[in-house]
Amino acid sequence: QLFGYVGIEAVLEQMKIKTMKMGFEFNIMVVGQSGLGKSTMVNTLFKSKVSPKSSQPGQEGRIPQTVQLQSITHVIEEKGVKMKLTVTDTPGFGDQINNENCWDPIIKYINEQYERYLREEILIARKRKIPDTRVHGCVYFVPPTGHWLRPLDLEFMRRLSKIVNVVPVIAKADTLTLEERAEFKQRIQEDLKTHAISVYPQEDFDQDPDDRALNDRIREKIPFAVVGADQEHQVNGKRVLGRKTKWGIIEGE
Amino acid sequence: PVKTLLQNDDLRNLSLSGHVGFDSLPDQLVNKSTSQGFCFNILCVGETGIGKSTLMDTLFNTKFESEPATHNEPGVRLKARSYELQESNVRLKLTIVDTVGFGDQINKDESYKPIVEYIDAQFEAYLQEELKIKRSLFNYHDTRIHACLYFIAPTGHSLKSLDLVTMKKLDSKVNIIPIIAKADTIAKNELHKFKSKIMSELVSNGVQIYQFPTDEETVAEINATMSVHLPFAVVGSTEEVKIGNKMAKARQYPWGVVQVENENHCDFVKLREMLIRVNMEDLREQTHSRHYELYRRCKLEEMGFKDTDPDSKPFSLQETYEAKRNEFLGELQKKEDEMRQMFVMRVKEKEAELKEAEKDLHEKFDHLKRTHQEEKKKVEDKKKELEEELNNFQKKKAAAQLLQSQAQQAGSQQTKKDKDKKK
Repeated sequence: QLFGYVGIEAVLEQMKIKTMKMGFEFNIMVVGQSGLGKSTMVNTLFKSKVSPKSSQPGQEGRIPQTVQLQSITHVIEEKGVKMKLTVTDTPGFGDQINNENCWDPIIKYINEQYERYLREEILIARKRKIPDTRVHGCVYFVPPTGHWLRPLDLEFMRRLSKIVNVVPVIAKADTLTLEERAEFKQRIQEDLKTHAISVYPQEDFDQDPDDRALNDRIREKIPFAVVGADQEHQVNGKRVLGRKTKWGIIEGE
Repeated sequence: PVKTLLQNDDLRNLSLSGHVGFDSLPDQLVNKSTSQGFCFNILCVGETGIGKSTLMDTLFNTKFESEPATHNEPGVRLKARSYELQESNVRLKLTIVDTVGFGDQINKDESYKPIVEYIDAQFEAYLQEELKIKRSLFNYHDTRIHACLYFIAPTGHSLKSLDLVTMKKLDSKVNIIPIIAKADTIAKNELHKFKSKIMSELVSNGVQIYQFPTDEETVAEINATMSVHLPFAVVGSTEEVKIGNKMAKARQYPWGVVQVENENHCDFVKLREMLIRVNMEDLREQTHSRHYELYRRCKLEEMGFKDTDPDSKPFSLQETYEAKRNEFLGELQKKEDEMRQMFVMRVKEKEAELKEAEKDLHEKFDHLKRTHQEEKKKVEDKKKELEEELNNFQKKKAAAQLLQSQAQQAGSQQTKKDKDKKK
């Protein structure tokens, strides 16, 4: 019970300034078969050429024999907030004829980052700011079959949702009509529930009723049906990002 | 095989072609903290009666209930009290630690010890939580001291030796902010001389007091100007006096009124600005990243952990843990074996004893049996004798009866003969 203004709330501003000065690190991983539009999606999300697209001529278009992980790091800044963004791509995932254990290199990579952080943390003379290479989110691209999740999808998501935040998305959603999309989402949600796969935002981590309400609304929409678009077009006099097809322009946003 | 290619080791700056939205990241972080609440812990070191409690009341515009301490405490003890304050949407968990009895004893050699022990204990508690396997640091109630307000008595001359010794012991463990208490007893010209004397004494004795940060443009200027006025000469008061047409916190004397929030009268406003409104977060951060890290380093080195082994190859805490753990387990095993051996020996001994006892028992039993049999034989012999005697007796009796009956017959025949004769 305060009888007058003290000024405690200034600590919020102090904190904000400090975090802005330190900058943020954000590491995401994109997983999915080749050709699902992962690189395009990342470029759309961050509105810049983050990932090189493998469909471009001149790039090594050959699918690797085993799953390889490629990380690209960029620094992006917006309104004074600096972010070190690392995108890890997984070419070769799910592309083989025999895809058994194709998730192993990914799990190993994620655990290696955790190990690296732990090593830094338990040093005696440790750094003031430990470099964070841990994967904060893993975006899993589900091909738009319209039916159910495939065994590969289920296996992967089941294993990975235990160690990392998995965000499933329906790739190239412009191949589904709205009704097909709704049905597909419904089936996927049921599938996830049946197999007890908890994707982000996980229900166990809801902190308070407000948080839960917000997260419930998000959970209703999972998996997000996305369309990656990084080319600009004119629609009604406005410039939008979208995909131009013979039957119309799909606006990314 | 996994190949991790890190393209672009020198980070490239990308330009964005539109609004992405991650500029809300600082807000997200701040929102998370507001929902969890902030912890802030202040330690007040100063003699009894110097005005610590009053100053806290004045600083936080509230009445923390506490009764004034007596002067006859046998030693220094620390009293911590926690309060929850709320201002707009910020929840502050404030803990005020008081040094009760500081400066009251005749022998003050050990006065600083309880204070150092308390500060170390809070660091230790945090370290223990951090070292746990299953830990919950994100909702850990941080009790580490973020700021130490050292109350200097307004003598007007210089620092007392107790002050120097105590501050020297505390400067590597906590952020020290020295303040001159009850500053309304010092005249303006004396105050200036007093302040410079104190600062020069601190410097010449190598006492590290808290430096207000000047690396951030937004606060550099204000911090630099405020630093000049250290140590802050403060006056605390929770009573209000009417000044002009407003009520203000002040102390009323017969010769005038000392207004707490008047910067001409004292530095209270500066202290409040520095402590709460400008540098609260920095104080928390310094405590965590400097003082706590130092404590942690010393403690772990003391326990025998190292970052590099004699060949200066970096080895992890994990390996040391493993080694120590194996050592410990080995010792445990050895002890277990020893105990087992002892147990086996004892069992053997007991067994032997019991065997002996059993043998004894058997012998006794045999002896008893023999004795019994002897007795039985004796009795039987006696029985035989007795039977023979009885037989003999019966024979004798029979013979005697026969004689008797013969004698009677003979007698009766005689009487009959006599009768016949008489006829």
